[in-house]
Amino acid sequence: MKTKMQTDGLDVFYGEKQALFGVDLQIGANEVTALIGPSGCGKSTYLRCLNRMNDVVPGCRVSGRVTLDGEDVYDPRLDVVKLRARVGMVFQKPNPFPKSIYENVAYGPRIHGITHDRDELDALVRDSLRRAGLLEEVEDRLNEPGTSLSGGQQQRLCIARAIAVSPEVILMDEPCSALDPIATARVEELIDELRAQFTIVIVTHSMQQAARVSQRTAFFHLGRIVEEGETTKIFTNPDQERTQDYITGRFG
Amino acid sequence: MTSSSDPQRLDRADARLRRRYRAERLFQASGVAAIAFAVGTLFLLLGTVVYQGTGAFVESVAVLPVALDAGALDPDGDRSPESLARGNYASPVREALRARFPEASGRREKRALAGLLSVGAEYDLRDFVLAHPEAIGTTVERPLLLSDDADLYVRGDVDVDVDESDRKVSDAQVAWLDALVARGQVERRFNRRLFTSGDSREPELAGLQGAIRGSFLTLLVTLLLSFPIGVAAALYLEEFAPRNRLTDFVEVNINNLAAVPSIVFGLLGLAVLLNFLGLPRSAPLVGGIVLALMTLPTVIIAGRAALSAVPPSIREAALGVGASHVQAVLHHVLPQALPGILTGTIIGMARALGETAPLLMIGMIAFIVDLPTSPTDPATVLPVQIYLWSDAPERAFQARMGAAIIVLLGFLVVMNGAAVALRRRFESRY
Ligand SMILES: Nc1ncnc2c1ncn2[C@@H]1O[C@H](COP(=O)(O)OP(=O)(O)OP(=O)(O)O)[C@@H](O)[C@H]1O
Ligand SMILES: [Mg+2]
Repeated sequence: MKTKMQTDGLDVFYGEKQALFGVDLQIGANEVTALIGPSGCGKSTYLRCLNRMNDVVPGCRVSGRVTLDGEDVYDPRLDVVKLRARVGMVFQKPNPFPKSIYENVAYGPRIHGITHDRDELDALVRDSLRRAGLLEEVEDRLNEPGTSLSGGQQQRLCIARAIAVSPEVILMDEPCSALDPIATARVEELIDELRAQFTIVIVTHSMQQAARVSQRTAFFHLGRIVEEGETTKIFTNPDQERTQDYITGRFG
Repeated sequence: MTSSSDPQRLDRADARLRRRYRAERLFQASGVAAIAFAVGTLFLLLGTVVYQGTGAFVESVAVLPVALDAGALDPDGDRSPESLARGNYASPVREALRARFPEASGRREKRALAGLLSVGAEYDLRDFVLAHPEAIGTTVERPLLLSDDADLYVRGDVDVDVDESDRKVSDAQVAWLDALVARGQVERRFNRRLFTSGDSREPELAGLQGAIRGSFLTLLVTLLLSFPIGVAAALYLEEFAPRNRLTDFVEVNINNLAAVPSIVFGLLGLAVLLNFLGLPRSAPLVGGIVLALMTLPTVIIAGRAALSAVPPSIREAALGVGASHVQAVLHHVLPQALPGILTGTIIGMARALGETAPLLMIGMIAFIVDLPTSPTDPATVLPVQIYLWSDAPERAFQARMGAAIIVLLGFLVVMNGAAVALRRRFESRY
């Protein structure tokens, strides 16, 4: 396994309250890593450390080491804007900008100056939408507001928006929690396809989803990693009893 | 299942449901009653104002043949505008009346007869002659503006049963006016002067143009100051300021400022802007600055509320694709908050439009006839004009005051309509 991102001894505090305790985890390149665990165990917190989204949370303090391709993410000399362009994020609730479908996807490339003219941008927008499996559905209404799409379409729009800036890593925080089974299946399919190009970290509450889409799984509990390893192993033959209990639904 | 087959329990549930419906109906009825009361009061208020003010939108003129005598009107005899401007227009007007009522004799009677007309009749005649110099030497039918008291009589607002010495219109004048009316020589027409001329000591000549311009210039200054400063302050406080004692202190003070009585801002303007900085008295510039200070807290508070109402998910989405904090705010948060900010600003401006007290402190209460053309010219504003006219001894000013209130309310309605329209427009974009 080639490591894309890595955390060593990651502690996170919200004010006085500690949310993560010395989390060590390696995230393999071109793999889907699933983070599972009961509510409030710190999965979102962990995810948000990877692209420093916690920076904007008042009172949040992070210590320990987070690296991307061996570079320290929390290095004060590092430009957080560049980092977030390399480590994109898809949120739990679909949150398209209140702008047109086109503008939603075009915004990232535009602020990063990825494209040089209108044609290039058009092509990139269409390509991103196509890779997110949304192009066919919205091809003739690119100028309609992104918020007019259905929930599942909005989430795929958010994925298109994330991949439009060609990140290296995509973080997904429960991307399917607001979606119906059919839309969920589409997003899962999409995640599997995207793996070829991107490294993906996904938080999910659905054991089946974790088992279906991920190659590696980390089980969080009370701010610590209880167990992590290959998904097949975690779901068939975990080392820890707590992991076994959680994935079989005996607690959580 | 046991519960539904138990008749006693069903009964009780039924009774409870009925009680609940009754309580809900009562609640709705009290709401309707409250609205009815509010609407009723509003209509009463509007009704009084309209009843009082509509008269001022109409003026009365006596249409009489006027002999345009070349000797009086054109002292130089060359028909040049300079010469015509120096002409004596009082005598043709006087002569026109005397020709109509030759029976008036003696100084007192002649004075009373001349008192039927306003000096405005001369001004109108001069304007006519300047526009039509070719009419000099002929006799033309011209509308001659009646004086305020004659106008009041014509519209039936003078009680002739009271003793002659207790009213402004003498018996002789009543007889002349009746004669004019009987011959159809009195016309009532739309009072354009009300909107085109400035203030005057003569009620029939007084207009709102000066006050409207003053209000416009003042509000312009207010808007240009309070909107950018208010939005910038709201943006910084809401989005960028570190949370510490100092920002808390600033925040508390802004909230307090919003509750400071407006006259205090007037005192501030008097002490700092006039006495210390030496800015001109009675000027819309100073009034605008004072009102901007008063409006700022409103704009800031409304702006912050609008900014914080933007869902954080939008902000996160922007940060998530690599926008900087400033980009996220300027590209996504601010446009979303703009309708709310604009509404707050317009409401603040509407309050400023109706504000009187602080402007009195900086001298905007002066009697000003000239129309202001720049923010440093002396001027008055609509609410102050209303106050001035309400205080005037001539009865005819009462109607003018009503008309001024109607105009002021009209502007307020337009501004609030603009707030609603702006909000619709921006919101319906997406
Ligand atoms: N902004 C915050 N301020 C204070 N405490 C927070 C904040 N965000 C999260 N926490 C706390 O940190 C802990 C971990 O929260 P986190 O959101 O990471 O949980 P999670 O595993 O994502 O849960 P869920 O599955 O419900 O989303 C929780 O105890 C939570 O109360
Ligand atoms: Mg979470």
